[in-house]
Amino acid sequence: MALEQSVIQDKLVATFGEDVRFLEKTDIFTILIPSHLIVPVVMFLKNDEVLRFNFLTDLGAIHYPDNQPAEQFCIFYLMHNWVDNVRIRIKTFISGENPEVKTLTNVFLCANWMEREAYDFYGINFIGHPQLKRILNMDEMVSFPMRKEFPMEDGGRTDKDDRFFGRTVSNKPVQDQVPHEKL
Amino acid sequence: MLLPPEHRYAKMIDARKNEDGSELSILNLGPTHPATHGIFQNILLMDGERILDAEPTVGYIHRAFEKIAENRPFYQITPLTDRMNYCSSPINNMGWWMTVEKLLGVEVPKRAQYLRVIVMELARITDHIICNSILGVDTGAYTGFLYVFQFREKIYEIYEEICGARLTTNMGRIGGFEREWSPRAFKLLDEFLEEFPVAWKEFENLFERNRIFIDRTVNVGPISAERAISYGFTGPNLRAAGVDYDIRVAQPYSSYEDFTFTIPVGKSGDTYDRFCVRNAEVWESLSIIRQALDKLPEGPYHADVPDYYLPPKEDVYTSMEALIYHFKIVMGEVPVPVSEVYHAVEGGNGELGFTLITDGSRTPYRLKFRRPCFIYYQAYPEMIKGAMLSDAIVILSSLNVIAGELDA
Amino acid sequence: MVAPPEGYSGEGFFATKLSDVVGLARANSLWPLPFATSCCGIEFMATMASHYDLARFGSERVSFSPRQADMLLVMGTIAKKMAPVLRQVYEQMSEPRWVIAVGACATSGGIFDTYSVLQGIDKVIPVDVYVPGCPPRPEQIVEGVMKLQEMVKNESVRRRSSPEYKELLASYNIS
Repeated sequence: MALEQSVIQDKLVATFGEDVRFLEKTDIFTILIPSHLIVPVVMFLKNDEVLRFNFLTDLGAIHYPDNQPAEQFCIFYLMHNWVDNVRIRIKTFISGENPEVKTLTNVFLCANWMEREAYDFYGINFIGHPQLKRILNMDEMVSFPMRKEFPMEDGGRTDKDDRFFGRTVSNKPVQDQVPHEKL
Repeated sequence: MLLPPEHRYAKMIDARKNEDGSELSILNLGPTHPATHGIFQNILLMDGERILDAEPTVGYIHRAFEKIAENRPFYQITPLTDRMNYCSSPINNMGWWMTVEKLLGVEVPKRAQYLRVIVMELARITDHIICNSILGVDTGAYTGFLYVFQFREKIYEIYEEICGARLTTNMGRIGGFEREWSPRAFKLLDEFLEEFPVAWKEFENLFERNRIFIDRTVNVGPISAERAISYGFTGPNLRAAGVDYDIRVAQPYSSYEDFTFTIPVGKSGDTYDRFCVRNAEVWESLSIIRQALDKLPEGPYHADVPDYYLPPKEDVYTSMEALIYHFKIVMGEVPVPVSEVYHAVEGGNGELGFTLITDGSRTPYRLKFRRPCFIYYQAYPEMIKGAMLSDAIVILSSLNVIAGELDA
Repeated sequence: MVAPPEGYSGEGFFATKLSDVVGLARANSLWPLPFATSCCGIEFMATMASHYDLARFGSERVSFSPRQADMLLVMGTIAKKMAPVLRQVYEQMSEPRWVIAVGACATSGGIFDTYSVLQGIDKVIPVDVYVPGCPPRPEQIVEGVMKLQEMVKNESVRRRSSPEYKELLASYNIS
């Protein structure tokens, strides 16, 4: 590869200092940054003449309810440099109570719907997004279905017998039961 | 589906009235429409026959794949991946298995890799058959559809020989295939390779220099390469705009580096270029299948990983180790590392990526699908600005948006 | 060629019941409204194509206008977001109308037992024939249509005014 990992590492440290942490033993070169630095780092990676990460491959969120409250949601961005064929993954953790991060729609147009999807599934507020409303679920939905506490099954299901699925039989209705045991 | 009065379209209609007294109007290209391939809605703001603006709504077939995937072991997620891009399901299946193999560190033998390449290129051919023939139907040419759909039936027969199912194939296992391909599968494949090029040449001749088709598709829905990259285009749509990014060449998987093939590239990114790029890709896929069949090595059809690959049933009933492995795999006592991996394959529509995060249990902690249709469909309102209504339909079908992949 | 209904025939005349003739005409000219959402829609395209031709059963003209269609073929997963649209299409169809639920997702939600998928379209509209399968083979879809043809042949001419039918529609809150 023409672009070495050490070059990316040095440039990032030179521009952003101690805020950038590098994760070990990952399949793609991964960096961990605080959430307020997302837009500067992505713009730096995109516009720098040596780094040239011109493509935003993916944007998603993960829910870690067992973490400390300031780090319960993780947002990951996958970028790709097509000239030197190098991928990079950027991760940031945001708080569980009030998850919000700046939007990337001004940098990459494709981030628009990907951030709407993250909002729809997890309730993460993307500050400055032109149209932050639900995209895949119904507009009237109030909860955020991909969070770990939300059950997978349809609450109104009448014909599925819990005994055959290894679930604990209880007198509570389906919605109040402990969310699904792993099969 | 009425618009609320505070919607921006209502304001735009009030603000502008044409000189001849006519007004802008709103047209609902609704979720059920004969010409849209799949369920998506667009609310169009029209000035007569020209489209000024569009607002898409998706999610009418949201089936919560990512939520389901958090509750299923790896081999039960394959049927879900089938149903994303259901026109070319083996590519989704193989992409998923390769992600799992990357996570578990399983090395797939050469023969299985070549067989995977054959099946993935067949699936790519089926996807392009559907896209191009339906594009023909949308411009009024029904004949091409009937001619080439016959060959989708032949490919279905090949799939049935390999895995038993026609459309949603659920093909493959961790480390290879579930059974060796029968001699009949290879015979059907040879027959297909003889008969299909004739029909595809006929199909191309019907369209590529057809005056009416050229008038309907040239300069309809163009997109420049920079806008396409910013919108996240990959696959034939991006290659039609002039950028030759193909994951099979950039980051080869499953022995694609052993085959020689060119990447067809268009110029202006309009509908005609997308059509021609897909046509050319079918020829490339046929050439790859022939190369793979010629060079097909002997060997096992699956990797030797008894921890993850179900042993054959005769062994389970007679041998103790096989019984134990079978029990452990089904009950979920397999050794799964705590790790995060991303793998992408070249799907029929572009870069189909899987982000798999595991926590040691047999179901993933998080599985994110990078679905190309979802990402490039965002550019649709921009592509139809200023076009006429029938052009909007033609642009939509040339983008090959598959609703299952859009909503997942 | 279809078999003629029972009746008395003589020189120049054939006497039979009106309901038999009307049933025969209706059964052999069912115009489908394909409501194709996902993978089953591709199998429907294969059924309409030349290999498994559905047109030989009278479904030559595929109508996308609800007023001109006889049977509603719901193929594919219906999400809860889509259910009001499906209901609107069903209500816009004019009598006589029949519904075939093709595929596991339309029948009962299929493999998608999730918060966003409607667990069977018979939660919103009355269904006449269920075709299981994921996706069903074209032969199965054709058998579903044939079963519907049997039902249509043996139905009364004015089913829409019978009390059972009115009760059925009332249970779905369709006026």
